[in-house]
Order: sequence, then structure tokens, then C-alpha cells
Amino acid sequence: MTDFNYDQTLHLKNLLSPDAIAEIDGWIKKYPPERKRPPIIAALKVVQEHNGNYLTEELMQAVAEYLDVPHIAVYEVATFYSMFHLNEVGKHVISVCNNISCSLRGADKVIEHLQNRLNIKVGETTDDGVYTIKTVECMAACGGAPMLEVDKVYHENLTEEKIDQILSDIAAVELNSKEMSNVEAKD
Amino acid sequence: MANEVCFRTLHLDTPWSIDAYESVGGYSSLKKIAAGELCYDTIIDELKLSALRGRGGAGFPTGLKWSFMPRNMPGQKYVVCNSDEGEPGTFKDRDILRYNPHQLIEGMIIAGYVMNATVGYNYMRGEFYEPFARMEAAIAEAKERNYLGDNILGMDFNFELHNHLGAGAYICGEETALIESIEGKKGQPRFKPPFPANYGVFGRPTNVNNTESYASVPAILQHGGQWFLKLGKPNNGGTKIFSVSGHVNNPGNFEINMGTPFKDLLELAGGVLGGKQLKAVIPGGSSSPVLPADIMMDLTMDYDSIGKAGSMLGSGAVMVLDENTCMVEVAAITAHFYYEESCGQCSPCREGTGWMSRVIHRILKGDGRAEDLDNLDRVAGNIMGRTICALGDAAAMPVQGFLKHFRHEFEYMIEHKRSMVKG
Repeated sequence: MTDFNYDQTLHLKNLLSPDAIAEIDGWIKKYPPERKRPPIIAALKVVQEHNGNYLTEELMQAVAEYLDVPHIAVYEVATFYSMFHLNEVGKHVISVCNNISCSLRGADKVIEHLQNRLNIKVGETTDDGVYTIKTVECMAACGGAPMLEVDKVYHENLTEEKIDQILSDIAAVELNSKEMSNVEAKD
Repeated sequence: MANEVCFRTLHLDTPWSIDAYESVGGYSSLKKIAAGELCYDTIIDELKLSALRGRGGAGFPTGLKWSFMPRNMPGQKYVVCNSDEGEPGTFKDRDILRYNPHQLIEGMIIAGYVMNATVGYNYMRGEFYEPFARMEAAIAEAKERNYLGDNILGMDFNFELHNHLGAGAYICGEETALIESIEGKKGQPRFKPPFPANYGVFGRPTNVNNTESYASVPAILQHGGQWFLKLGKPNNGGTKIFSVSGHVNNPGNFEINMGTPFKDLLELAGGVLGGKQLKAVIPGGSSSPVLPADIMMDLTMDYDSIGKAGSMLGSGAVMVLDENTCMVEVAAITAHFYYEESCGQCSPCREGTGWMSRVIHRILKGDGRAEDLDNLDRVAGNIMGRTICALGDAAAMPVQGFLKHFRHEFEYMIEHKRSMVKG
């Protein structure tokens, strides 16, 4: 992973992989060239994804510098939209809807089960930094209530068994990536 | 019959592919335009005749809205689709985007042609990863067949369409907040006028419609405005997708004729979960006032019928509540939602949503006071009509609705410190 413990060099190109930079450049092309702010949201998302799911002020500054906009323009966007995390969160953020339809269909039981399984409360992250549980507002999947989103995938019509399956799938991915990094370390 | 308009590919394999869409007559309206069989005036006339009204919630006549765009004004103009879909209870646009993306694309291209706009943005909420992927693939397919790009089907008309993603903010479903968000800013609504048709994205004339509205257009032009009108009832043309959720056996999206009796829709959704009694319905997303079962069972699903009963059809999000539902709890969830999502720009909404949420939660905790209900009435009344955008009203109306029809449940909880229905 890229090391973000930087001193002076805030250039986004030094912080992100060429692929990530290309992704941001793709977004820039969607808007009139004289407009510099429209890609801010997309750029912040790319950066957040490459920084373990959260943003730092340093990274926001790097985005501002890359897009040639004032720092405050990036900061106000990062603090306004709920998908941006301004504090450290887990590698897998489990977003559980607890709006009306999901509540009517047992969102509280989903939250309770997740809290018991992971031994954390809503808003907390497990000690190993793998999981965060958060509650979110309606995600437009009320026909499949109760639902949650994790790692960009919606899971609907949740039952305790389904939740257990989701958690063990994530655990398997984690184990796999650990083994991969062990192999790399040996090389 | 169901699934005749936006969901007309739903019965096919890979309904989202361009071949599936073309097999049901997809892109034939655009081809008619290219062949000179449909001109600007005819398109506007057919849309007006169809009585298509904005499917995002406001119900404004789409044909009229399109005619407001200054098509002969020089310079860039924009076609914007509102796929933000944040109104709690609503999940129809997600399915249009996932299962019939090409119909939305064709609708937006036609809008571009009508408005002399060469650029479109489809604004999807940030969590729409799967719909985004489908839309990106569909745009690529449409480009390959020259439905998008330069000199579309040999015409002197270019149109490019971009997908844009938000990042989690209900307020961005408000059209001027959505425009601000496309511009890369906080989603804070603009004061109107000027309306987007005069001053929209990047200060240029912009038409904003909901996903379902744009996606209805190709079918209307293919079969005629009269055909669409007759699917529904006068002033409420066409079919509408109703997202039914909550206490029903078979929740989901149902594209049915406008004006269908509510009891038929409830039956389509499998009836009340577990055979329980129906208590109430929130008929058009969480901002529409709740209606008790006895009123609801006599209504038809259209703008005018629900409007006359003191609520609104809104986005068509029907939330069904059974006899064991505690209305104070539902009101608390609703109030908390608007408190969370207020953009903070106008004091009545920023402060009022917080007050309403805190007071209802206080009642829920058993700490309610005798004067709390009058306070809620007062706070809601002070928000109504006093904010830049409709979110203020959207926050106040449901609270007023719960108090109007279920005041006794609030009073019971204040007095007995427990729920009337849950014991």
C-alpha cells in the first residue's frame, strides 16, 4: 500500500497509483475544462478508497492541489456528504439501513446480531481494524428490507444466516490477503 | 396489464442489454426523429397530451416543463436526470437503471434533441454501484450504435451522456441542490427563481427530470400520447411504478396503471404480512402524510385522489403499516431522518427538524410532557413554507400527518410512558 506519512510532498501523483490517477482524470473529462470543482466528489472517493476508507486533511489538500481548487472547496465537500469518513474506520464498513421500511422489517435485529457477532457497537471499529458498523439512511432497496451495504454490494432480505455468511465471506477475503502478503514478505 | 412502460424489458433475458431493449421497440422513437417523422412541436404536443407528470414526487407536467427550455438560446444547455432516489421507501429508479437503462438513455437523448442540448448528466446517488456499472455499459453500447455521440443516426445533432455519482446526501434529490452537487459543491438548494430552465448547471439552461419521467418518454412517442393517457386517467396519465414496502407479504416494484385502486395494489403486494390488519399507509415516500387504513382503502393510486385525501402520491413509495405498528416510533424515525438530512441553510428547517426529532424521541423515551404535541404542531407550522426548498415542508408534513390521524397514540404514550400498541 502507498505510504501516506508524507512531509511536504502533497502531490496526488506521488500518493496514488497511476490507475487511481487515471480514474480521477476520467472524471475530470466529463465536465467543461474551465470548471475545476465538479470532479471533487469523485476524486475524494478514489482517494478514500486507496487510503483504507477514510480521508485526512493532508489528502484533501492533495486533491485540492491536483484539481487546482481552494483547500476549503474540497474540505466543505468532504464534510458535507455522508459517504466520506473523516476518521479512521475499518477496512469493511458495514452500513445498515434503519429507516422506516427496514425498521418495519427488523433492522434492529440485524444491528443487534452484527453487534453481537463483532463485539462492537454501532459507530465502532473492531480492534483488528477489519470491521466498522454504521447505520445509514434509506439506500433505495426497501423492497428487500432489511438490508445492508458492505464493500459496494447491497445485501437484501437479511436473516441471521445471511449475515453470518456475509461476515465469513469477508473473513475469508481477509485471510487470503494476509496469506498473500506473507508470501510477498517471504519473496 | 403491468410492466408496459419503464419495465417493458423485464420479462426478457438480460433485460438491460441493447438488444433486449430494441426488441420491444427501443430506440424506434429516436429513429423516427432521425427520419423526420417527429419534430419538436409534435414531441411537446404528444407529451402534453399524455399527461405525464414528474415521477420524482412533484408531479409537474413533463411536456410543459420541456417547453420552458429556451431551445433557441445560443450556448450550452444541459439535460440532467435525477437518479438520486433518496426518498425513504422509494426503490424504483434503481430498478430502471439496473434493468432497462437504455430506455432512460433514449429519453435523455430525445430531451437533448428537443432542447438543443448536447450534454447530459445522469446523477445517481453515491451508493448506486451496480446501477452505475449497468449505465456505463449501456452508454458504451448506445455509442457503438450511434445513438450517442456525434451526428446521431446521420442527424446534425450531437449528444454525450455522462454518469455522475453523489456521495450520500438526501438533499441532492432537490433539483437545485443536485445541480450544485454536479458543480462539485455542497448540496445546498438554490433560491428559485431563477429556475433551472434559465439558470441551471454551470449557470446554463438545464432541464431536470426524474429517471422514470425520462424513461417514460420513448414509450409515449412510440405509441402516442393518447395511448399513454388512456393507461391512466385524465390529468394523471400512464402507468406508474409503485415501490411497496413494509408490512406486506410480497414487497417490490409494481408498474401499474395510474388510478388503480389501492386495495388492488395491496393485493399485488401479497396483502398485509402474516394476515394482520392494515393500520395505515404512507402513500408517497416518507415526506407524505400518513393515511389511516379506512381512508386508504377507498383511494385510487394517482396524484389527484391521494392529494384530495390530504397526502400526496410523491415518488410512489407506498409503505404499509400493520396493526402492531407504533406510530410514535415511525414518526421518530421520520423526524430523525429529516434532522440528519437538513442541509443547514435555512434556520426554520435546520433548527426545527432538530426540535421535532428531540421532542418525539423524548416522548418515545417516556419523558413526554403535556405541552409537547402543541409544540410539535407549532414547530411544524413554523417550518412550512418558510424555507428555500421543499425539504422543510417535507419534514413538517409527515409530523403533522401523524399528529392529525394518530394523536391519541402520542397522548397515550405521554400519559402512560409506554406504547399504546406494543404495551
